[in-house]
Amino acid sequence: MRPGTFSKLAILGTLLLVLAVVPLVLPSPFHLRVATLVWINATAALGLALLIGLAGQVSLGHAGFMGIGAYATALGPKHLGLDPLSSMALGIFAAALLALLVGRPILRLKGHYLAVATLGLGILVHLVIVSEVPVTGGPDGIQLPHVELLGRRVTGPELWYWITGTGVVLAAWLALNLEDSSTGRALRALHDSEIAASVVGVDVARHKLVVFVIAAVYAALAGGLFALFNRFVTPDVAGFLRSIELVTMVVIGGMGSILGAVVGAALLTVLPQALTVFHEYEHAVLGLLIVLFMVFLRQGIVPGLAGRVVRRRSA
Amino acid sequence: MNRRPLLLGVVSAALFATSGAVRAADAIKIGSFLSVTGPASFLGDPEKRTLELYVEKINAAGGVLGRELELVIYDDGGDANNARTFATRLVESDKVVAVVGGTTTATTLAAIPVLEDAQIPFISLAGGIEIIEPTKPFTFKTPHTDRMACEKIFEDVKKRGLAKVGLISSTAGFGASMRNQCLTVAPARGIEIVADERYAAGDTDTTPQLNKIRGSGAEAIVNADFGQGPAIVTRNVRQLGIDIPLYQSHGVASKSFIELAGAAAEGVRLPAAAMLVPDQLPDDDPQKTVVLDYRAAYESSQNQPVSTFGGHAYDGLMLLVQAIQKAGSTDGVKVRDALRETKGFVGTGGVVNLSATDHMGLDLSAFRMLEIRNGTWQLLY
Repeated sequence: MRPGTFSKLAILGTLLLVLAVVPLVLPSPFHLRVATLVWINATAALGLALLIGLAGQVSLGHAGFMGIGAYATALGPKHLGLDPLSSMALGIFAAALLALLVGRPILRLKGHYLAVATLGLGILVHLVIVSEVPVTGGPDGIQLPHVELLGRRVTGPELWYWITGTGVVLAAWLALNLEDSSTGRALRALHDSEIAASVVGVDVARHKLVVFVIAAVYAALAGGLFALFNRFVTPDVAGFLRSIELVTMVVIGGMGSILGAVVGAALLTVLPQALTVFHEYEHAVLGLLIVLFMVFLRQGIVPGLAGRVVRRRSA
Repeated sequence: MNRRPLLLGVVSAALFATSGAVRAADAIKIGSFLSVTGPASFLGDPEKRTLELYVEKINAAGGVLGRELELVIYDDGGDANNARTFATRLVESDKVVAVVGGTTTATTLAAIPVLEDAQIPFISLAGGIEIIEPTKPFTFKTPHTDRMACEKIFEDVKKRGLAKVGLISSTAGFGASMRNQCLTVAPARGIEIVADERYAAGDTDTTPQLNKIRGSGAEAIVNADFGQGPAIVTRNVRQLGIDIPLYQSHGVASKSFIELAGAAAEGVRLPAAAMLVPDQLPDDDPQKTVVLDYRAAYESSQNQPVSTFGGHAYDGLMLLVQAIQKAGSTDGVKVRDALRETKGFVGTGGVVNLSATDHMGLDLSAFRMLEIRNGTWQLLY
């Protein structure tokens, strides 16, 4: 995301507008449920967009952090008698700690070692969830109790729509501030040239680590929100395919673009629902659309379309 | 520049196509979410084919209550979260009167709260006993459970005058679940589990575990697993020269097990549905015509061999259609009450007697005891 293409206010304004308008045009609770899933996926994709776009690193096990957030939220009430919200906070903390431990040694290295390490990490998390049946419920998943806040049940698609939607706006606001901070500038510098950045005094490893931990926190938050909203989690939430889906959301939306991450998440969440009319050809059409997007909007949807608008204006 | 409208056209066409379909208003809508793709597709695909085939047949014969059936099927890809989303969609958008679906235990469990809240009768096609235990007001299931497989095996062990069983199971999903069920029901059946050995999915040798079982004084071996594992266990048992009876589960009820285990499979016993041996059933067996008819209808139209899984979908659809007819209505509560009154329904899985407390309705007679002889299944009883 190059500063100047969109201002911070314009991005947040667009998000708020979409957030406000969507419930007015959606006809049923089912559609609100899909919209809520979009916001949850967008939260995870936002973190990953920072990691990919700013630090130039890829995490291929990001669903692992989502899984940690989701399962912490589910298991805290079941085994430790905690309420779901504090379990979620613990889960986010655990994901951050794990990201710190894994990222610290790896991000000192140059190149895409983080991708390989997170790939393994994601598969490990998934494996533990699947095989520790007495603790996690195994492949059949685990049910969550209702969330209660001030003695009232937090339930219903509409309420969760607003909770997760507000979550995305806050996440986007933090991400935009990060891009604008000294860390953001340092990251952009090292994204362009690590050597140049380190010459001017940027602590390359530390800055990458900060973004990686933030990305993990975003994913764990998304996982926790998902568990609370869905009230049922299975190991799929931490699966390898989910990790790939998250990376695809970021790439298709536009790497490093905040709005792009949200658009990518919306596309990959809504399209499978919209494409059910194609029956057997559903997956083929989904694949074809992704290929088309990548061919015609190579930089991703948001930067690609923005670029065209700018070019047309100047022409 | 002129490419963009084309691209947008494709996307918007896809997005709006969902809301555009106009259908006959008086059709009875039956919903389904199945794992047609993904790791459980070998279950979901025959289920989908069966539902489509029989809805077509029923409509050709005049429908139900004089109305056509309309089937709405979604593919959850084996993902429980998708299943929950599609269940919501069936309830909210499609407004189905009942659901026959849920290929795996996980997808079923994810959908149950949604369908229970909406008071929509739901007939699951998955095996797990937790689907109907405890009994939920609107949730039913057609397939046999792991517990029944254990009980059937233990019954046969008793018949042979034996009591000490060595259990060997895989740590993966099905094996782990059946192991728990076997351990639970063993005491009530007068069986003593003298060894409880486990191996990981993908292990290529189980001789250490089998040697332990040999040393434990076991009089029979029960193996809970499906896929490669049972073939390896079977071969290892023969290699070690252990000559006590070996039982496999209904998880190996396919020809590929006999091919994998080869000559070692001779003499292995297993509980299985009548679908495996329709020709060997005695003529007075109530299931014989049902199973033979289903096999003929499926194999002639789908050009692929019949499986027990498609049979579960057949049973679910037929149970539902019968209940709607009996209720004379598509009201959820009335259909549910009619389902609970089902007695003596003959399906491919067995004879079904449902009640307010039993939402599966199968007893041990639904499982047949088979023995592998000369490279094929032989019906014992």
